[in-house]
Amino acid sequence: MTTFLGMPTAPRGVGHLRQTEPFPVAARRGLANTQLRRNLAKATTAIRAKRAAIVGEVPDWEELREAGRSIKAETMAHLDRYLEQLETQVTAHGGVVHWARDATEANRIVVDLVRGTGAAEVVKVKSMVTDEIGLNEALAQAGIQPYETDLAELIVQLGHDRPSHILVPAIHRNRAEIREIFLREMGDADPALTTDPAALAEAARIHLRRLFLSARVGISGANFAVAETGSLCVVESEGNGRMCLTLPETLITVMGIEKVVPAWRDLGVFMQLLPRSSTGERMNPYTSIWTGVTPGDGPQQFHLVLLDNGRTAALADETGRQALHCIRCSACLNVCPVYERAGGHAYGSVYPGPIGAILSPQLTGIEDNASLPYASSLCGACYDVCPVKIDIPSVLVHLRARHVEAARDSRRLPRGEAVTMAAASWVMASRGRFTAAQRGAKLGRALGRRGRIRRLPPPFSGWTSARDMPVPAAMTFREWWRHEHRSEPPHEDGARG
Amino acid sequence: MRIALFVTCLADTLFPGVGRATVRLLERLGHRVEFPQAQTCCGQMHINTGYVRDALPLVRHYVETFEPYDVIVAPSGSCVGSVRHQYAMVARRYGDEKLARRAEAVAGRTYELSQLLVDVLGVEDVGAFYPHRVTYHPTCHSLRLLRVGERPLRLLRNVAGIDLVELPDAEVCCGFGGTFALKNADVSTAMLADKMRNVVGTRAEVCTAGDSSCLMHIGGGLSRLRAGVRTVHLAEILASTREVG
Repeated sequence: MTTFLGMPTAPRGVGHLRQTEPFPVAARRGLANTQLRRNLAKATTAIRAKRAAIVGEVPDWEELREAGRSIKAETMAHLDRYLEQLETQVTAHGGVVHWARDATEANRIVVDLVRGTGAAEVVKVKSMVTDEIGLNEALAQAGIQPYETDLAELIVQLGHDRPSHILVPAIHRNRAEIREIFLREMGDADPALTTDPAALAEAARIHLRRLFLSARVGISGANFAVAETGSLCVVESEGNGRMCLTLPETLITVMGIEKVVPAWRDLGVFMQLLPRSSTGERMNPYTSIWTGVTPGDGPQQFHLVLLDNGRTAALADETGRQALHCIRCSACLNVCPVYERAGGHAYGSVYPGPIGAILSPQLTGIEDNASLPYASSLCGACYDVCPVKIDIPSVLVHLRARHVEAARDSRRLPRGEAVTMAAASWVMASRGRFTAAQRGAKLGRALGRRGRIRRLPPPFSGWTSARDMPVPAAMTFREWWRHEHRSEPPHEDGARG
Repeated sequence: MRIALFVTCLADTLFPGVGRATVRLLERLGHRVEFPQAQTCCGQMHINTGYVRDALPLVRHYVETFEPYDVIVAPSGSCVGSVRHQYAMVARRYGDEKLARRAEAVAGRTYELSQLLVDVLGVEDVGAFYPHRVTYHPTCHSLRLLRVGERPLRLLRNVAGIDLVELPDAEVCCGFGGTFALKNADVSTAMLADKMRNVVGTRAEVCTAGDSSCLMHIGGGLSRLRAGVRTVHLAEILASTREVG
């Protein structure tokens, strides 16, 4: 008899989904980076206002959100069926579908496909999923040079850096830094290049144009795939994606299995939700949709790689699976006070911010991203703006519980915390024990001066490093109440607890 | 109306004045307040830190303690938020459907103070007097879990003598988040710094809110900086009159 160990998660040693250090430690670097703090505060404040204004124009926004949520929930409930329908349709229209269990398999499939064409370089559309699996590293290892063509991804790639935002990967860089990176890494940048945004964009344009015209293979992700027609959809702002999707002879699209939508009409819902939530625009500048191959027009070879990499494991969790509804708009990052201050790199995964905090741990298994579900004050701003109504705070709390339960089973809980929590539960479940504990807490009054405690030992030292703590009251509320109501008979509940 | 007060463990132990103010306010409005003495803690800290199994006895204890009452009030959006939005989930997680239903019933009768005043008691002018410059911080769980909206501000605007000033970026979290302030103390402090900058910028002498926990956080920071701004719970402002001051 075999034991079922659960659905496989994203494998270790490949891709970019895992923390290398706990969030509180990694966050310290972002917190101390004053340039990053300024960039993020400025950018997220601007995009928040833009989003709020453009969403406010839509009278039925809440109904649209509910439509988005229910389409995604229905799709996840029948994902097997929709994926097979997608495969049938893509195949019928001249494409080839490949199934990849995880990052390692997906990378091998793509490398083999590129090798088969004999190409030594590929142009890439901005894509989260190819970042997730570390495709660029896999291609480079195989002697194939990947070129990022999205302006921000290009800045990240040339800077030997990691993206820090889903939509604006180079949000942590300023204009002066970008100019330096271009001059150092591009090879064909004009030495007189200024920090003017238009000049920087023009330098990238000239650099990329040569690649678009010579590349024989394009690689993309996908925002949506329509099961009923086999159509793939990519939305973008620059038009560089359109170049990659149309000019090369071969197009390889890597897509997480959760990106499928049942029908063409469902796109109508998401095409309203996504741009308004993402860039604060009514409509995104470029929407590319293609179905298989069209003789004499565009790529003549089309491959679709369907990637699991822990998604089925997430799907197995009734509460957690809603993280798969995400359409990668990044509205939750832009409103998150934690993200705004710690920065995207602190999350250690290509998926930062609130959605990353619930998605990454599910894809990798919680033990490999154990600090992420705690990287939130549970303020709930993310849930309010999510275009598909992912209840991120509830999933965070659920994942914390899963983490504690798993750690308890394997006896890996921080002992002090587990003991404290168990003791607090025991004390608080009884009026008598609670009242006794309150009497004990009054001893803490000795720690204070003028009603304030200025220093406490760990784990409370984090609090008193920047905040005073009030001393326990000389007379608790219940003591006052008993004093005030001495003459009255005890309440009917008095016997309990 | 007979109203049961859930004072919350934090106010009971550290901020008893908030409980006394709630009693004084409701009695002044002509209602009878009862204090079920078996009450302890709502268990939110356990739930939000992942110790849901340890919260289960606390959920049961709250339900048993407050089940006999028709209306329950707590001077905390966060604790009421936990009762209303987490209790049934906790019970169901451990397969106790019966407790989940009982929790849902009690949760439906549990109100945050401003909800009780405006929605249940139908009062927006509580006859308070508070001659101070005040700014209001809408705590996250009041705002986004309970959707109290403008209720606290409507109550504050009717307070005689008050100089109520708007807090910039009011809806941004102060960085408390329960054990978040300990586990992610540095990020929490950075959030607190921005909140304090906004509070101090209003030149208010008092920062108020509907949650003692968030006020403990903001007030602890202001106190450390000797900022000259104090934190006062909404209940304490609404309970103030010319006589009591």
